[in-house]
Amino acid sequence: MTSLSVPLEAYLTVAASLFCIGVWGLINSRNAVRVLMSIELMLNGVNINLMAFSTYLDGSEIRGQVYAIFVITVAAAEAAVGLAILLSLYRNRDTVDMERFNLLRW
Amino acid sequence: MPPLAELTQLIVFALLAAAVLVGAIGVVILPNIVYSAFLLGGVFLAVAGLYLLLNASFIAAAQVLIYVGAVNVLILFAIMLVNKREAMGASPGVGLRRLLSSGVCAGLLLLLLRVTFTTAWATPGPPQIGEGAVIHLGEHFFSDYLLPFELASVLLLMAMIGAIVLARRDVLSADIATGEAVDQGLIEKSRTPLLMEKTP
Repeated sequence: MTSLSVPLEAYLTVAASLFCIGVWGLINSRNAVRVLMSIELMLNGVNINLMAFSTYLDGSEIRGQVYAIFVITVAAAEAAVGLAILLSLYRNRDTVDMERFNLLRW
Repeated sequence: MPPLAELTQLIVFALLAAAVLVGAIGVVILPNIVYSAFLLGGVFLAVAGLYLLLNASFIAAAQVLIYVGAVNVLILFAIMLVNKREAMGASPGVGLRRLLSSGVCAGLLLLLLRVTFTTAWATPGPPQIGEGAVIHLGEHFFSDYLLPFELASVLLLMAMIGAIVLARRDVLSADIATGEAVDQGLIEKSRTPLLMEKTP
């Protein structure tokens, strides 16, 4: 089997950067669809972390890959329900601007 | 192991990591959301390449099928259904908010990187099973991870029903005044929106 010439820290760095970019997009996006895309970016960052740990530190049992499958499942369900909520919100408010979804604000 | 293979691995990793990071930055800052959605597909594909580099071919295939094939297409559909070009009005304090959130994200990144580089990881770990991973995954799913596996199927069913209920429009309902069946999709256009705008 191939040895791993890329250090584990490189994968963790990529994953952390991807997660932080996702957080930044989540906070700063005005368009609700972009907020959902940022959430997908964050989930992918977490998944890279899980896969890297699974391969480097748990190579014989690969429990991290099992968790990655569960994360992918939950991400798919989240995307479907989130976009359905977004569509019904757009139908009722006629906008996708996050600043105007202030119905529950005091 | 000839050094050529290791060099190739490093180069491929560098290319994929650059594609992931540049694509992700593009997803969050590009003004046109359609470009963002297509870049998101590119990011998903590059992440699948990273999984291949980690000897996880099954997860890479699942990533391509689920993320690129389903989630990204769903997002594109949502963009096309919500195709309103609206000029988002300026909101007060957006510059300060950007500055603050950038500081928070940079701090989080620094924290994570510090943890990454100061922890003494126990590498190299146990020997890898490589392409036997699929068999091992199946054994995990049907022995010690059976309950989460079944719960995931229930979750998917709930998400499917919930998405249909939330997004459907043509509910046949009875008119309150006359008692006859009316199509909600027909009367929806003429009435005022359900949730009124809250004026600040």
